[in-house]
Amino acid sequence: MKVTVTVNGQVEDHDVEPRQLLVHFIRETVGLTGTNVGCDTSSCGACTVLLDGDSVKSCTVLAAQADGCAITTIEGLADADGTLHPMQEAFREHHGLQCGYCTPGMVMAAVSLIAEHPGLDEAGVRAGLEGNLCRCTGYHNIVQAVLAASAAASR
Amino acid sequence: MARAGSILGNAVVRLEDPTLLTGAGNYLDDLDPPGAVRIVFVRSSIAHGVLRSVNVDAARAMPGVLAVYHAGGNDLGLAPFQSFPMISESLSRPPFARDRVRFVGDIVAAVVAETRAQGIDAAESVVVEIDPLPVVISKTAALGADAPLLFPDNGNNVCFVTSFGTDEDPIEGAAVVAEVEMVSQRLAGVPMEPNGCVMVPGEPTGGITCWVSHQAPRSVLEVLVGVLGLEPEALRVVCPWVGGGFGPKAAIYVEYLIAAAAAMQLNLPVKWVETRSEDMVALVHGRDYTMNAKLGLTRQGKITGLDASVLASGGAYPLLGAVLPMLTQIMSVGVYDIPKVRFQGTSVVTNTTPVGPYRGAGRPEATQLIERVLDVAADQLEIDPAEIRRRNFLDPAAFPLTTLTGGAYDSGEYAKALDAALVASGYEELRTEQALRRAAGDPVQLGIGVSAYVEVTAPLGLHVEFGAVEVHEDGTASMAVGTSSHGQGHHTAFAMIASDVLGIPMDQIRLVNSDTAAVPRGAGTMGSRSLQTAGNAIFASSTAVLVRAQQIAAHTLEASPEDIVTGEGGLHIAGVPGRTISWEELAVASRDATQLPEGLAPGPLRHEGDFDGTNSTYPFGAHVSVVEVDTETGKVTLRRHIAVDDCGRILNPLLVRGQQHGGIAQGVAQALFEWVRYDDDGNPLTTNLIDYAMPAASEFPSFEASNTETDSPRNPLGAKGIGESGTIGSTPAVQNAVVDALSYLGVRHVDMPCTPERVWLAIEAVRP
Amino acid sequence: MIPASFEYRRAGSAAEALALLAEHGDDAKILAGGHSLLPLMKLRLASPSLLVDVGRIPELAYIDDRGDQVVVGALTRHCDVQRSALLQAEVPLLAHVAGVVGDPQVRHRGTIGGSIAHGDPASDLPAAVLALGATLVISGPAGVREVRAEEFFRGFLETAIGPDELLTEIRLSKMGGAGWSYQKFNLRAQDWAIVGVAAVGAQAGGGIALVNMATTPVRASTVEKAVAAGASAGDAANFSSAGLDPPSDLNASAAFRRHLAGVLVRRALQEVEARTRS
Repeated sequence: MKVTVTVNGQVEDHDVEPRQLLVHFIRETVGLTGTNVGCDTSSCGACTVLLDGDSVKSCTVLAAQADGCAITTIEGLADADGTLHPMQEAFREHHGLQCGYCTPGMVMAAVSLIAEHPGLDEAGVRAGLEGNLCRCTGYHNIVQAVLAASAAASR
Repeated sequence: MARAGSILGNAVVRLEDPTLLTGAGNYLDDLDPPGAVRIVFVRSSIAHGVLRSVNVDAARAMPGVLAVYHAGGNDLGLAPFQSFPMISESLSRPPFARDRVRFVGDIVAAVVAETRAQGIDAAESVVVEIDPLPVVISKTAALGADAPLLFPDNGNNVCFVTSFGTDEDPIEGAAVVAEVEMVSQRLAGVPMEPNGCVMVPGEPTGGITCWVSHQAPRSVLEVLVGVLGLEPEALRVVCPWVGGGFGPKAAIYVEYLIAAAAAMQLNLPVKWVETRSEDMVALVHGRDYTMNAKLGLTRQGKITGLDASVLASGGAYPLLGAVLPMLTQIMSVGVYDIPKVRFQGTSVVTNTTPVGPYRGAGRPEATQLIERVLDVAADQLEIDPAEIRRRNFLDPAAFPLTTLTGGAYDSGEYAKALDAALVASGYEELRTEQALRRAAGDPVQLGIGVSAYVEVTAPLGLHVEFGAVEVHEDGTASMAVGTSSHGQGHHTAFAMIASDVLGIPMDQIRLVNSDTAAVPRGAGTMGSRSLQTAGNAIFASSTAVLVRAQQIAAHTLEASPEDIVTGEGGLHIAGVPGRTISWEELAVASRDATQLPEGLAPGPLRHEGDFDGTNSTYPFGAHVSVVEVDTETGKVTLRRHIAVDDCGRILNPLLVRGQQHGGIAQGVAQALFEWVRYDDDGNPLTTNLIDYAMPAASEFPSFEASNTETDSPRNPLGAKGIGESGTIGSTPAVQNAVVDALSYLGVRHVDMPCTPERVWLAIEAVRP
Repeated sequence: MIPASFEYRRAGSAAEALALLAEHGDDAKILAGGHSLLPLMKLRLASPSLLVDVGRIPELAYIDDRGDQVVVGALTRHCDVQRSALLQAEVPLLAHVAGVVGDPQVRHRGTIGGSIAHGDPASDLPAAVLALGATLVISGPAGVREVRAEEFFRGFLETAIGPDELLTEIRLSKMGGAGWSYQKFNLRAQDWAIVGVAAVGAQAGGGIALVNMATTPVRASTVEKAVAAGASAGDAANFSSAGLDPPSDLNASAAFRRHLAGVLVRRALQEVEARTRS
């Protein structure tokens, strides 16, 4: 079946199997491999992208369900000239990543979180990231990065 | 070595991050060589049984299927496999189960298909007939006289034993005896990126290139050479970006052997990507010890003897995990001066996933045991747990020393770390608050747990490593190391060292690692070894490159090499920065005999060597954990965790803190959340991240991590490892905190994970 | 990780969805937010041959004030239920519970109708609507019918919705300032409740519903009667697991669930009381 999905501003028209998950559509059909798969029970959030501005787990959405929608992936965050998005910059400054595998999903979840909830405190950030697992960082620096990005966004 | 203005010791953000933050890092599943086909494994769903038949007829006929392999048909010629020399060959694993299956997850067949979906569909249609055999899950049962045997030819289920000091009873005559029986429960590594490989035949010529999500690519090459019958030059093993390892990705997997052999036979690239559910049964597990300790003490709390024993599971097909009790034995005395020790370690096979190294690998278990029994002693003697530790620390003046059990500790200031942790935690105020809550009968009680630990990094002979540095004719530099970064930030760390020596900016220095075609030797990254080995190798090679460059510059500038210093853009005579020779010029000159002084042969501006640390190093520290226990529901909440970890001289505090945080999170997870479970029939019960409770940010506070710095005398950088310390130090502190919260009720011990139900049962058991 | 193959049809209206269900019977499943169904399909625990996607029917996503009731369209997403000013004012228990389902990503996709229709005794919203005494509106070939929450949950993953029917609306009485509480006890914040308690004060009917204490969400009717008769929170809570056979699983034994139910019901009643006064 045909789906049309706008990915990072680019219209993508493709023929897909109904059973194709959005994460596989993004990775294999569109060819953007920044979004990763970390589990098979919708637990880890590594596959998080923005769908019409909201964070979603793209492993739990069919490509067919995203027909006509706009997706933003990690590749769509930085400026065309390579300038990092403030959330990416915050993760860098605060050492919020180590192996980087959970990072695209974590960053997208964080972008959505602070847009939806300006001025979160630490408890709010931790609760807001409950759907994203990281094995490397222990979350400490991720939380610092998100708090910093949130503070910068509200200035 | 570090000069004024040196970058070493400073927090430097990572070179790796722009790539990873923009999603540009290619992990295993991002690799898609032209023509690649997919391999999907069919695994036993029975824990122990006679394999009667494997019917692949239907699978073969399904769309997109190119081949189906199994022991009764085309088995790719793969012989039984044992990667670890200390384990008996009679306990080897046939890559395809032959007459028996021995754990849920044991491979019975493999389907190669054009797409992964086709592979999964076809795998579902493979029909496997197994006659169940009695299952052995309990380690104690495995030792029983009538235990079902996993390997009848082996005669029993024992796969490894180790012991020390068995002649006399170290507890005899002790005024006080404290005892504990406890569990270090089975854990799963759960790297966020599951296992996988892409095997591409044809390159190197006639051979194969093996992409693996791994910690030690050369170890994979060494195995594949034998398995595939290829010359080493025909094999290249290389890692893309790797999404976490933690130990389990240092094991050699039969899945790699099967995928490589299939790729050679089909002459097609074969790709395997593990699903998470598959990962939870196929990736090696960690820990799984039952432990017992008796501690003899004087009435003043001075330890007079330790009698310890551990019973470990190696899983169904033992490998390195089964011999970890050897490391547990060495580290069994911890940071304490213990005059008499007896230790017994036994590993058995059980019908479970094989056990391998997992963050700490044998040392967390040792620390958990001594720290728990010491707390039991403190409780019995009514001595404060911090105080009883202080009374038993090894004297800093005694270092370097070798413990009774063979730990060649290089340096340590255990009291200093403990005191720092106590001060940082506000220990006295915490005890005051605890007392107030107890007096008030507050349903939410406060628990304060202490641990003091030492651990061994670059263990088991892993203290030698290769490092090369070259400055190129474009003025950039490259470093090659035999370690294998998988999140630790080695590019940044090693570039700091090379940059500090040479004066070349960090972003002009690249790292070559994890590629057997580009690096001639190396043991990979595990055991927290990389900075103290490869880092020192880079330091030595950078220094040698600088020496050569100074000689070249001296010759050109008509000065003495001792007067040549590094500066911006190259080398110059000290005090005369206006006349600088650039690194571009130096690299060119290095190859030109006419520009070289007498005695210096032309060649690249390069040095390679193997740094030999001569021995392991022994980082140490102390943790204080503060928990709240809801005595009505049993729920434990970690409120604060203070960690003082000493890894010698710190190169980049940002990276060190990151390792502390990540290590602490995994250590806390063992104490409170995670547990790989099987039912009595050997069915795994925690095969996904819903059932296996790996915690998220919502379960943790921010950590209070700091360091003391006690140099290691064993290497010029003064460095010890840090990667596993956070895990080793944190678990006992958290467990001790839980028990401490409930000790006023009469609770003496709670096994890990300290789940709400476990805590509730412990409270109920002492209810009057 | 990859579901078995299926056919996919997108319904533009409830009527179209019903026609597709009628045509395909048991082999067809409704797809709303997909966060109950797709996880099962990815593990191949469910393999419907046809998915009828109702996620784009705008007429089924709404939150409307109907005098003494608030009505919520089945396709309203959890995040919209959570942030609805109308629900926060008039049915605050529901708004709160929608905000603790899963995690933020789940709440951006999952729908209240999907969660209720799935009928999982471990889910939060079924217990909430049970405690609130909600009415579920079901459309089918025979027309529209209403089923009270007490009669809606029939068994484990089994509700009153027939294979050719669609849940279209949830009708809730305004709580009128009644106190309320939702106690969700879990190991990790993203987990299903090991035991949960949804409770409302007398002005909203005094309903108390339990999560994960039976094969369906279930009213703690003995507790309700005790409270109505004037028992204290502690005394009433002693009846929390009366007549119930809670499950034993990886996370808790039946005995521990019974104990937890007692503690959580008591805390819920105390919180209802505290909210009532304020």
